[in-house]
Amino acid sequence: MSRISECFANLKADGQTALIPYVTAGDPEPWVTVPLLHALVDAGADIIELGVPFSDPMSDGPVIQKACERALKNDVTLQHVLDMVRQFRDKNKTTPIVLMGYDNPIEAMGYAVFAEKAAEAGVDGVLTVDSPPEESSVLRQELDKYEIDSIYLVAPTTSAERMQRIASFAKGFIYYVSIKGVTGTAALDVSEVRGKLAQLRQYTDLPLGVGFGIRDGQSAAAVSEIADAVVIGSTLVRCIEEHEKRPEALPAAVAGLLAEMRHAINARDLASA
Amino acid sequence: MPELKFTDYFKSYPDKEGHFGPYGGRFVGETLMGAIYELEEAYEQYRNDPQFIAEMDKDLADFVGRPSPVYFAENWTKKLGGAQIYLKREDLNHTGAHKVNNTIGQALLAKRMGKTRIIAETGAGQHGVATATVAARLGLECIVYMGAEDVQRQAQNVYRMKLLGAEVVPVQSGAKTLKDALNEALRDWVTNVDNTFYIIGTVAGPHPYPAMVRDFQAVIGREAKNQMLNATGKLPDALVACIGGGSNAIGLFYPFIEDESVAMYGVEGAGHGIESGQHSAPLCAGTPGVLHGNRTYLMQNKAGQITATHSISAGLDYPGVGPEHAWLKDIGRANYVCVTDDEALEAFHELTRTEGIIPALETSHALAYVKKLAPTMSSDQTILVNVSGRGDKDMHTVAAMAGLSF
Ligand SMILES: Cc1ncc(COP(=O)(O)O)c(C=O)c1O
Repeated sequence: MSRISECFANLKADGQTALIPYVTAGDPEPWVTVPLLHALVDAGADIIELGVPFSDPMSDGPVIQKACERALKNDVTLQHVLDMVRQFRDKNKTTPIVLMGYDNPIEAMGYAVFAEKAAEAGVDGVLTVDSPPEESSVLRQELDKYEIDSIYLVAPTTSAERMQRIASFAKGFIYYVSIKGVTGTAALDVSEVRGKLAQLRQYTDLPLGVGFGIRDGQSAAAVSEIADAVVIGSTLVRCIEEHEKRPEALPAAVAGLLAEMRHAINARDLASA
Repeated sequence: MPELKFTDYFKSYPDKEGHFGPYGGRFVGETLMGAIYELEEAYEQYRNDPQFIAEMDKDLADFVGRPSPVYFAENWTKKLGGAQIYLKREDLNHTGAHKVNNTIGQALLAKRMGKTRIIAETGAGQHGVATATVAARLGLECIVYMGAEDVQRQAQNVYRMKLLGAEVVPVQSGAKTLKDALNEALRDWVTNVDNTFYIIGTVAGPHPYPAMVRDFQAVIGREAKNQMLNATGKLPDALVACIGGGSNAIGLFYPFIEDESVAMYGVEGAGHGIESGQHSAPLCAGTPGVLHGNRTYLMQNKAGQITATHSISAGLDYPGVGPEHAWLKDIGRANYVCVTDDEALEAFHELTRTEGIIPALETSHALAYVKKLAPTMSSDQTILVNVSGRGDKDMHTVAAMAGLSF
């Protein structure tokens, strides 16, 4: 069983919803990332989505675009990101890490080389935003060799037929994009998401995560009622941006924000238990 | 050289998933997958629909002014002393460039698909103007994304778009040029996918755009083939066109691909010189990768980050290139070369003075290569060069090079 599947199995047994923070690796400075990841785990992160910076993040809104720009100012490469994961794994052997990003940096390293290095570093899942299942069969085969999960997106515009197809390729969990739009730009509509998740569950037994439109404890708690995982991205990245000039204070501040979400979700999980 | 066989080309490329060999494809976020399948379906339905074709042909004739002439550049031919040079006059189209061939087609498609809002990206502003023009005519809302840097250097086209009723959005991210405008247009499309049609201006983007834009631009090559046969009794020996994303080049090349005697030259912008790193020549100096929905040659660093480009002409200032050109390069069917800003400027002035035709700076890159190629060929051979646009929009840039401003 992969570290991701194990994580979800344990949470399910406890009646809990997974909390997944997203941060861009190397933002605003490379040394911040590993301490930040540990702080996020301490604040209640169950899985971590670590963004691989890319020069042209066309599925991201301004908040994560700027995070990529900050990281790239320091020339943070995919290799550096893998080094950060390895360093994180020195102290933490249990929290799954999913790399999230775009195809090109992975292609530039080479799919096979990347898969091997990612496995060595302790990566558990890979989500390439601009590479749907149809285009990622080669990468998927390489990741399969090391039992790294290929995570795929489902969107509000995904047809039932595509849902079925995506479900047949997905591993670990399926990530439902809760808004039509780029990251961090709109708030989600819970009842709409509920309907889509119900439809998606007809085609898969995998856990379902929801992200893109969750901004505060209230929306996190509302989503935790219908999803197996709640992904928080732009809200945390905005907090990182605010601490650009005071990076030493940043891990605690971002972790504090995540802890609020954790409390809101736990309160909801308890209420429904 | 082994004998090359390209006679199965038309039926082989792209494949059903939009691949030209390893290039092309559909590399977009899941939210857009539904929209690009919807577009592909509509395009497949209408491309062979007699009513659609008739409506498009009528627009191309009465609104654009097609067919554009093929003109024998006698003075320039004498001056260069070699092959006979023929110009395909896309500069005479309504709005001043080849771009309108494509926007006519895509806008008619948008209307049939019931889309009420048009978005586009633009570099030089020619595609933006061509899009704003068709949107005005069809009464569609039109938003054009343009890099803030390009808004500066193509101010006149910005004003034209505004006159036509389009909203021009300056893009402040990244290098503030064409690639960033494309990113922003894609972000808009994801956000407004239900009512919005994205008119991409070149043979880039996810499938079906590279094939669809090529088909709309192929009218250039179809016309030119007949015109050359009428004028000279034979096919041209060489075709030359500039390459930004590659739409005017593929439009000229495509109908000739299976005619193996016809050599093809795509000319990229070498900017300040390839060795300076400041250029926009992915086919000459780049490596394959994935950007803006397809796999193709890109200007990128070793870590897979897209690098900054430079060209004197905004329309060539793009780090990628249409995937079909990547494939034509790999299979050896077309040759890809590049010329510097200075060489392009020199050719700009030379055509203006010898033939009384002021070309666009993009086009001037193709002309600069003709200056190198023609003298190496004999006087019974012919070169057909695509004059993709006229130079009106570049008066500011050219004047500034001479230390003048208006
Ligand atoms: C006159 C002209 N020629 C060429 C180009 C380059 O585009 P493409 O390579 O798609 O023909 C442009 C783009 O703006 C243009 O305006």
